[in-house]
Amino acid sequence: MGKKLLLQYDHIPGINTFEVYRQNNGYKSVEKALKTMKPEEIVEQVKVSGLRGRGGAGFPTGMKWSFLAKPEGVPRYLVCNADESEPGTFKDRYLMERIPHLLIEGMITSSFALGANTSYIYVRGEYFYIIKILQKAIKEAYAAGFLGKNILGSGFDHDMFVQPGGGAYICGEETALIESLEGKRGNPRIKPPFPAIAGLWGCPTVVNNVETIAAVVPIVNDGGEAYAAIGIGKSTGTKLISASGHINKPGVYEIELGVPVEEFIYSDEYCGGIRNGKKLKAVVAGGSSVPILPTELILKTANGEPRLMSYESLGDGGFATGTMMGSGGFIAMDEDTSVVKNLFTFARFYHHESCGQCSPCREGTGWMEKILKKFIDGKATLKDIDLLWDIQSKIEGKTICPLGEAAAWPVAAAIRHFRPEFEEYVNNPQSIHDVKHYYRLNGLVEA
Amino acid sequence: MTETKPEIKFSLEALQQVHETLLQYPPEKSKSALLPILHLAQAEFGGWLSAETMDYVASILNIQPIEVYEVASFYSMYNLKPVGKYLIEVCQTSSCWMCGSEDIVRYLEKKLQVEVGQPTQDGMFQIKTVECLGSCGTAPMFQIGDKYYENLTFEKIDTILDELRAENKYSRYV
Repeated sequence: MGKKLLLQYDHIPGINTFEVYRQNNGYKSVEKALKTMKPEEIVEQVKVSGLRGRGGAGFPTGMKWSFLAKPEGVPRYLVCNADESEPGTFKDRYLMERIPHLLIEGMITSSFALGANTSYIYVRGEYFYIIKILQKAIKEAYAAGFLGKNILGSGFDHDMFVQPGGGAYICGEETALIESLEGKRGNPRIKPPFPAIAGLWGCPTVVNNVETIAAVVPIVNDGGEAYAAIGIGKSTGTKLISASGHINKPGVYEIELGVPVEEFIYSDEYCGGIRNGKKLKAVVAGGSSVPILPTELILKTANGEPRLMSYESLGDGGFATGTMMGSGGFIAMDEDTSVVKNLFTFARFYHHESCGQCSPCREGTGWMEKILKKFIDGKATLKDIDLLWDIQSKIEGKTICPLGEAAAWPVAAAIRHFRPEFEEYVNNPQSIHDVKHYYRLNGLVEA
Repeated sequence: MTETKPEIKFSLEALQQVHETLLQYPPEKSKSALLPILHLAQAEFGGWLSAETMDYVASILNIQPIEVYEVASFYSMYNLKPVGKYLIEVCQTSSCWMCGSEDIVRYLEKKLQVEVGQPTQDGMFQIKTVECLGSCGTAPMFQIGDKYYENLTFEKIDTILDELRAENKYSRYV
């Protein structure tokens, strides 16, 4: 069993309530931070821990925090990015539903470190019931004196609010999220200035993912060095992985970074293997945006080394033979899955979610969806494969925010690794109908 | 005789919620309340946002109507046309597709005798296909109001629809 830092109390009944959470070492990091530490000491511990942003970008959290501007008399804000919308990702939802106080504790401790007297948790609007859970938990924290004025007699005041989104993937991009929190369309801003200088209402702001903020709790409790001792190389600590697709045990798993991918897929501690005794065909390892890899490349790197669940190992080989950790949205596909059809669902997603600000993304995502639809409908030609490649290459690097890349990378990777499947749909249009789908539940058969 | 439209006005309970929402932001930043108040308005006024409703929200926040329209039309959760009482939002992305979302849609269409995007004759149900709802590990799934229905089977769908028919009330969003 790997070490757990976020979900170690997950199995305890009632851990979603303040009382039970508190009995299980809950809010200790707030006590330690407010009573015994200076804000800059906490930032230092987060730096030492090597914690990297868990939303997908993997940027060092301590460094992000150290960029925060501190002009006199200007409020600073901490905003939690709970706009979890990357296809394949549902870990933040799990954490907020099961252990809401862990996020709230992390928010208070982090806000103290950043000198923020107000924080917001921006939750995707579809997670209505999560919003209710968080609001209830925040109320409990106020009642217990962990929020409000002069917390634990430290002189530190803090208010926390939950903000619902309206249904837009783009608001997971931090400047789009800030725009949305200001009551506007979620159009990403041109950077610089970065939110650390001019964020929410023009004030210095840190935006961190749910899991990132939760990880601050064990870092403050046990120290940055203890956190950095877990994991492998620059991939320190633990990571929540959302596992879905054709596996026996879909769900959220907290792994020590560095677990071999093969172990993650096949061991009973995690995914429990591919269901119905099928073979694995491909994996999207870090949410829809990251390159898909065929079985041989996800289990082993191009050099024949076992591939590990770490930022470095998943990225080994670059995009030619590697992929990315991303958000940890791990989608496994069995041998009967159509990679082209799955790619079509991604392309439709990105077309739907493009904010429309930059033409390469606004137009390109639509074209990619249309061309992929031709493959599904058996109307594509071999030239369409090259056309798809051409379009994706003209989106990458030419947009304000990374949604353009997120839409382009999966297309490029599917063509790179599964070109024969595209060709098969052109040469034998009937073959798309031969793709069988195996459902997880036996009750699910054609109506 | 001209038909008089019901006046667009929040209930006292909703007004209390508006008031509480506004306290979450600095006094001069009340526009930040727009998204939550649009959710509230949609729940209060029949599950969708008419131009009158949006104008009303603009007047509450003291902003221009266009500032409300552009936001309401940007985000996928705001319905700008009337919808069935129970909007069945079926996730169709990747993992849900792999686990049978297309069959879920087909089954619903057959059972409700209606195509995606159209309300049933009695106005009770409407099917909508949506993008990833963050329920990939419990696919296939759909959302109705504030509730996630996961690990769906045809039998489960039968039960859900029967229960909603019996309950017959709008599932409040906020």
